[in-house]
Amino acid sequence: MKHLFGIADLTRQQITTLLDLGESFIELSRRSLRKTPTLRGKTIINLFFENSTRTRTSFEIAGKRLSADVINISAATSATQKGETLLDTAQTLAAMRPHVLVIRHSVAGCCHFLADYLPHTAIVNAGDGAHEHPTQLLTDLLTLRQQWPSVEGKILTMVGDIAHSRVARSHLIAAATLGYHIRLVAPKTLLPQQVERYGCEIFHDFDAAIPGSDAIYMLRIQSERLTDNCAFPSVREYHEAYGLNRARLARANPGCVVMHPGPINRGVEIATDVADGAQSRILDQVEHGVAIRMAVLTTMCGGQNYDR
Amino acid sequence: MTADLCIHGGRVVDPANGIDQTADVWISDGCITGIGDFSGDATRTIDARGLVVAPGLIDMHVHLREPGQEWKEDIASGSQAAVAGGITTLCCMPNTTPTIDHAGVVRQVIERAREVGLCRLHPIAAVSKALKGKELTEMRELHRAGAVAFSDDGLPVWHAGVMRKALEYAASFGFLIIQHAEELQLTHDGCINEGWISTQLGVNGMPAAGEDTMVARDIMLCRLTGGRYHVAHISTAGAVALVRAAQAEGLPVSAEAAPHHFALTEEELLGYNTDAKMNPPLRSETDRQAVIAGLRDGTIATIATDHAPHHPDDKRCGLSCAAFGIVGLETMLPVSLQLVRDGVLTLPRLIANMGQHPAQLLGLKSGTLNIGAAADLCIFDPKRKWVVDRYQLRSKSHNTPWHGKTMTGQVIHTIMDGRIVFQLGSEE
Ligand SMILES: [Zn+2]
Repeated sequence: MKHLFGIADLTRQQITTLLDLGESFIELSRRSLRKTPTLRGKTIINLFFENSTRTRTSFEIAGKRLSADVINISAATSATQKGETLLDTAQTLAAMRPHVLVIRHSVAGCCHFLADYLPHTAIVNAGDGAHEHPTQLLTDLLTLRQQWPSVEGKILTMVGDIAHSRVARSHLIAAATLGYHIRLVAPKTLLPQQVERYGCEIFHDFDAAIPGSDAIYMLRIQSERLTDNCAFPSVREYHEAYGLNRARLARANPGCVVMHPGPINRGVEIATDVADGAQSRILDQVEHGVAIRMAVLTTMCGGQNYDR
Repeated sequence: MTADLCIHGGRVVDPANGIDQTADVWISDGCITGIGDFSGDATRTIDARGLVVAPGLIDMHVHLREPGQEWKEDIASGSQAAVAGGITTLCCMPNTTPTIDHAGVVRQVIERAREVGLCRLHPIAAVSKALKGKELTEMRELHRAGAVAFSDDGLPVWHAGVMRKALEYAASFGFLIIQHAEELQLTHDGCINEGWISTQLGVNGMPAAGEDTMVARDIMLCRLTGGRYHVAHISTAGAVALVRAAQAEGLPVSAEAAPHHFALTEEELLGYNTDAKMNPPLRSETDRQAVIAGLRDGTIATIATDHAPHHPDDKRCGLSCAAFGIVGLETMLPVSLQLVRDGVLTLPRLIANMGQHPAQLLGLKSGTLNIGAAADLCIFDPKRKWVVDRYQLRSKSHNTPWHGKTMTGQVIHTIMDGRIVFQLGSEE
């Protein structure tokens, strides 16, 4: 695996291998001494053009637990403010010879584009526009694996702004690879065109989608952006139609888990008692995020299954 | 009988005169003096056996970037690219800096093309001052200075009231309005066609309905005003159907298609290829087939490239940030010849779409082999294969989606005013 652009590039076997490795790192992160020398001497740059404290921190901790040297660069403090292009910034950093460049950018496909110009650097996509977010996807799979030995045949119900969601796309691709089913729940204003061609089910009525769900995956609603865009009339109406509350959750399959890529909007897409309830796996996802990123960085840096 | 130049033994295709036969064409003093069997002395002879001899092609939709963005293209490099593609007449769009919205710029552009001396250049002037879509330009004066039509291309004339007045005013003098048909409210943050591909790539789309609604509105304004209306680079099934219905009703509505819209689809964008990004975008296979059907039944009677050179810096970025547009002058003919090979058009009809038809639309004398007319010719080998190398294009810019692709059909000679302005292999 030279780069990790998206889940679309991974086979079922590669996904399984990463999850196995991730699982072993969960245990490591619970020890009193939470560090291994695996990536000693490796340099990892986290280049974040979008604010994302949690993903950046997760990558940072993952790298540090593996003993890599980790450098964080955020767009707010970077040269792009002075008009330097994405390509120039990436090439400049690549010339400093990091082993891995972790990139988060609002432009879909930016990792594909940069890879053509950075032949010596492994690139990990930490989220590109509304395209893919492979480490979040793997995190979610690791979380689901704690629940069931296999996701095959399970029903994952995703609710919210599918149109702008990279996590949703990664799941839609992974579902076909791994054999789970996805129900998308949103008004048409939040669904991308022809999304049913992924092979998922589409619901505009949340209540109709709940029975049979094994996991309910809530997406963050960015209310400012979406009301400006006429995607929905008000947060109030959104919460009423698409918010997850206890009554709704009670109608899902027994043992249905609640997930969210974070950060959550309490009282908007998810009620507080559900977010904090027994079925919530939201904080597990955060914990597993570190483990998965350790697995990914290890793999990229020539650890296990490194076939570069 | 003597001649300056005799083009011997080619397949002479001149749709305006109903000619499609093996013949000689001879030229003296820059004009065509005969078509038939030449017997006499010619100062120079071109052996055109096995080749097609056609009127020099017309491309009525190009962006030459001069004045203002000469690092992308200028009139000299654009002219070189044109003649390498068999094109002897260009109509350039007014979205330059300054805008072609007053007579001085029209004259400057024409004068510059004369100095270059490779092909004819007829500017299309702006509909609205500075392309702002508010005040009309001085169309009569622009026309007197040499503008052959009016367009705000790059942008639509978006305001319905301004479009109505533009059509009415232009209709008073018989001028043609060319519309870049795009409802900006539907497309504003899009970068490729909206659909399955934009969904997979996670980028904002431009729905076909953005083009359809603007064409529908404009046709209603045509009905209201009687103005002559031409749809630039038509790309959707809906727009083709609307134009067909308007023509059936007898409205003065016409349309042009760009080679990329009948040769390629949005599938080219998979992998985020910025050289397949243009506006209107590559559409679905259904749309592509509708454009082909429009060409077949004559709804679309003109082929034009929308040649839009961009510097590599403007394409070397993420798809959503990249500039819209591709170069097209040097690939127009071979890409379009596929329509003949596929049986969509006969060769004479294809040639008419790149000559006679745009000439009639714009009132140009070019596009025919009339005896006595200026000798503008394109001599090409319809079977010869060549591979597109973006860095070998004569255009200053390299933004072609056909890089590395094999073309069938190559221009061997281009002649303007009886002068050989392009000869394959002579530049190297
Ligand atoms: Zn245009």
